[in-house]
Amino acid sequence: MSSGISQLLEQIHEFSRRCLFRVISVGPLPIHLAFIMDGNRRYAKKRGLEDGSGHKVGFSALMSMLQYCYELGIKYVTIYAFSIDNFRRKPEEVKSLMNLMLEKIKSLLDKESIVHEYGIRVHFIGNFALLSDQVRAAAEEVMEATAKNSRVLLLVCVAYNSTDEIVQAVKKSCTNKLVEHSEGRDRDIERIQLVNIEETMQMRVAPGPDILIRSSGETRRSNFLLWQTGSSQLFSPDALWSEIGLRHLVWTILNFQRSHSYLEKKKKKPL
Amino acid sequence: MMSLRVPAPSSFNLQRFNSRALERRWKLGRDCLISFSPSFVENRIGFRVRSTKSEMAPFTAAEEETLPEGLQPELMPKHVAVIMDGNGRWAKNQGLQPWDGHRAGVEALREIVELCGKWGIQVLTVFAFSTDNWIRPKIEVDFLLSLFERTLKSELETLAKNNVRISIIGDSSKLPKSLLQVINEVEEVTKNNTRLQLIVAVGYSGKYDVLQACRGIAQRVKDGEIEVEEIDEGLIEQELETNVTEFPYPDLLIRTSGELRVSNFLLWQLAYTELFFAQELWPDFGRNGFVEALMSFQQRQRRFGGRKS
Repeated sequence: MSSGISQLLEQIHEFSRRCLFRVISVGPLPIHLAFIMDGNRRYAKKRGLEDGSGHKVGFSALMSMLQYCYELGIKYVTIYAFSIDNFRRKPEEVKSLMNLMLEKIKSLLDKESIVHEYGIRVHFIGNFALLSDQVRAAAEEVMEATAKNSRVLLLVCVAYNSTDEIVQAVKKSCTNKLVEHSEGRDRDIERIQLVNIEETMQMRVAPGPDILIRSSGETRRSNFLLWQTGSSQLFSPDALWSEIGLRHLVWTILNFQRSHSYLEKKKKKPL
Repeated sequence: MMSLRVPAPSSFNLQRFNSRALERRWKLGRDCLISFSPSFVENRIGFRVRSTKSEMAPFTAAEEETLPEGLQPELMPKHVAVIMDGNGRWAKNQGLQPWDGHRAGVEALREIVELCGKWGIQVLTVFAFSTDNWIRPKIEVDFLLSLFERTLKSELETLAKNNVRISIIGDSSKLPKSLLQVINEVEEVTKNNTRLQLIVAVGYSGKYDVLQACRGIAQRVKDGEIEVEEIDEGLIEQELETNVTEFPYPDLLIRTSGELRVSNFLLWQLAYTELFFAQELWPDFGRNGFVEALMSFQQRQRRFGGRKS
């Protein structure tokens, strides 16, 4: 009986959520949302959970957020899963994070997983050389398995730093220019253009984020998408990542809509 | 950096004869030099005020101010960056013209530079003019650049006396020759000053900075000085325009006027910078706003990706 009621409540909840999304969709919606999922450890401490379980709860919060994004029709979602700076943490914590990541990446391969249900294509961004062979192999498997999906593109930044991404792009552009020079196609290899750097960036698969949301109230970007968020709106709600819910997303989008026309004018400007 | 919400300059406006507007303009003109571009002289009253107060009070070591209550000296940021947004909106709210807003902005900047010098902040970077601002009406762009030139000339002596070093960063290829001359002169005269380094970003964008660093590196690769594999973060940092200072990475970035963006200001350098978004428009920012921003900064836990415990 109680399961019937809870099912009913869930359906009512879903229905009202879809109505709310319909209303919001009257205004302009962001195409690309980026998330810095900060505050998992603090959440575990706050709830008296054991160390490491904060990240598991964080993963479920991420799944809910992906569902909302899918329902709203947002095409690109980028998440900051693991930074190169995070390797400096205690080895036990790094190891448990890597194990959790491996477990969750593998779970995406399940037939019933959210990526197949919602047609999410998963793409991993970062310095793969820094990852263990297992994680790297699992990531490549997921990328291949979801390559045909096209409703949503989920970009997962693992072993990522924006400055590292830029360095790799600079190296590749220089190499490309050297090759062009040696083939006699281009004389001025030092006249690298913006487009040469951008076409070698790993994040070129998506347009720049419209909104960057960082949970837990910290207002900094921590070396995330520095190149791509030049004109993104930045929001830093105080809630920890697992506490971020529908109301934060809706509030963020409403704020985005308020200043949208100004943003659009800015986007059309030459650099 | 100025807001885009600025109406194009209108022709002769009867409102200007309204007594309240005149009083406001007089108060604004009281402490700074007002001058008019030739095309507007015939439409306005020749209202010139030259103030004796246009110089900053010199801040010598003997007069160094103690920090306001609540601020701890050991937690002061070394490098503060500011996006000076909201001059146009401020002028509109006051019933003034956009260029009055920019002049008021210069006054606000003077105050912040003085406070930085007194409170031991070593580098202050300000976003004066972005690459995106070139598409504003020509008359406004010309006014901004000539205001910048006039301010540099009039403040040079004061800044030199107060041991402030000025550096200008940005793409100088589109700037008028007269301004470039003044810039060179100011940088040369103040290059050995040590108390505060004021970096003014004119014709600047973060992507442009990384691009020119990339070109510098490509040139070095072409000359055989370095191999492509040797390119790393340190090398890029050396080539960025902020290599004019010992502390190229701002600890704190303040943006006024309530906009929640960095608008292509410093890109690489803002990787770990604490961001503070102030609601006030730039001319209203002043000492109180600055203290609030510094207090917020001092309460933050900076972990740089690691763990506190």
